[in-house]
Amino acid sequence: MTRARTKERDEYNRLARSFHPPRPILRNAVSAFLVGGTICTVAQVILDYLSVRLPKTQALAMTSSLMVFLGAFLTGLGVYDEIGRFAGMGAALPITGFANSVVSPAMEFKREGFVLGVSARMFQVAGPVIVYGSLSALIVSILRVYVFK
Amino acid sequence: MNRRGASTCVFSNMPVIVSAASVVGPREGKGPLGSLFDLVCGDTLCGEASWEKAETKMLRQATDLAVTKAGLQDVHIDFFLAGDLLNQIISSSFAARDKDIPFLGLYGACSTIGEAVAIGSFIIHGGFAENVLVASSSHHDTAERQFRYPTEFGYQRVPPSQWTVTAAAALVLSSQGEGPKVEAVTVGRVMDFGITDANDMGSAMAPAFADTVWRHLSDLGRTPGDYDAIFSGDLGRVGSKAALYLLKKRGIDLSGVHDDTGLMIYDMEPEICSGASGCGCVASVFAAKIYPELKSGKLRRVLLVPTGALHSPTTCQQAESIPGVAHAVSLVYPGWEEKGS
Repeated sequence: MTRARTKERDEYNRLARSFHPPRPILRNAVSAFLVGGTICTVAQVILDYLSVRLPKTQALAMTSSLMVFLGAFLTGLGVYDEIGRFAGMGAALPITGFANSVVSPAMEFKREGFVLGVSARMFQVAGPVIVYGSLSALIVSILRVYVFK
Repeated sequence: MNRRGASTCVFSNMPVIVSAASVVGPREGKGPLGSLFDLVCGDTLCGEASWEKAETKMLRQATDLAVTKAGLQDVHIDFFLAGDLLNQIISSSFAARDKDIPFLGLYGACSTIGEAVAIGSFIIHGGFAENVLVASSSHHDTAERQFRYPTEFGYQRVPPSQWTVTAAAALVLSSQGEGPKVEAVTVGRVMDFGITDANDMGSAMAPAFADTVWRHLSDLGRTPGDYDAIFSGDLGRVGSKAALYLLKKRGIDLSGVHDDTGLMIYDMEPEICSGASGCGCVASVFAAKIYPELKSGKLRRVLLVPTGALHSPTTCQQAESIPGVAHAVSLVYPGWEEKGS
């Protein structure tokens, strides 16, 4: 049989998985904690600095923008992919990771031109986050306004 | 008939591999085989404007070097066979654009060089050519953007995944001359044991490797001990374990003679995960390390089994499993016929 039957497929998948080296869960968790924590600490320092000079909402928006800039800048320098490779979710989840996911395809596809390359591919990775983020925001807002008044 | 058993082709006039050349990227140049490659690019762009152009350039350089090393010129080459990992095998076709040689484009993912040597040998043995140029290439960054994520996107690699090498290699097969000879070829069947994880290509290809090796050995009535070495290319750590397990179940023990070219090209830093992969990996390791050892007689008979995962990003997104293929090429050192084993 060149194409295994269901039973053999299951057996082989189990076998293959048994040869996988274990995921380094502790190492991943510690590096995510340290890097994610550092990114959030930087953001906190920026927010505290801006809060005494700007109204609160403006300070919050400005902090997010600065963190997006920082993520984009480090992606441009070719550093953020190294951070992400080391820290996993610690680097992916903060807004700097979002910036990385938008800027990296934009850089990658610059050679295919600004229309069909940069702008068309920019949301290749972040697209689903934006779509489902907006959708869930809409659903939560509806619930808040009409259900949990 | 030059067929032995169900599916192994044996050459009565063995085609000779008269030269081999390899061109690699910077990371491969820093690996344990670094000094053996003919050319190491200073950076991954090789002075070109894009990675695709760089891969084409490396492939062209490797073919030029192989032809020169054979003491020939492009006009002496009757066919050019090449393949790579990119959509529509552009690296190969674009390299062929600058050559005045009839061209056949091949796709067998990482098994391409095995497919190329097999077909090249058939052409020579059939008397249709004096010299055939075969080549294959891969580039880490072109493969990443096609199969995975943009290169600057920060994501964590998982343990069974493999690192696509930046390398190109070319061989010149000839009906006569000095060099290691192609003794026999077993063309592989496409095997699918239901692996759907694109990060675990080693396991997806292992059944094809096991099947081809098993058929090769049983067709020729041989045991693994008849070979100085059996190379898979590139199963990585995970796939190698699965392959050896599957063969052991069929009563064939490869421990001691088996090595994987995906485990030879790098120092195996954690980022490499399970090992190296890509059309250029097995091809360049063969050209830089195995070929010279065969030529000098340090290795007398070798079974080279390049393995390929025949998936595309589309099939993976549609939750299709990953089929694998492996071709076995048995090679002997130049003095084989005179002195026997």
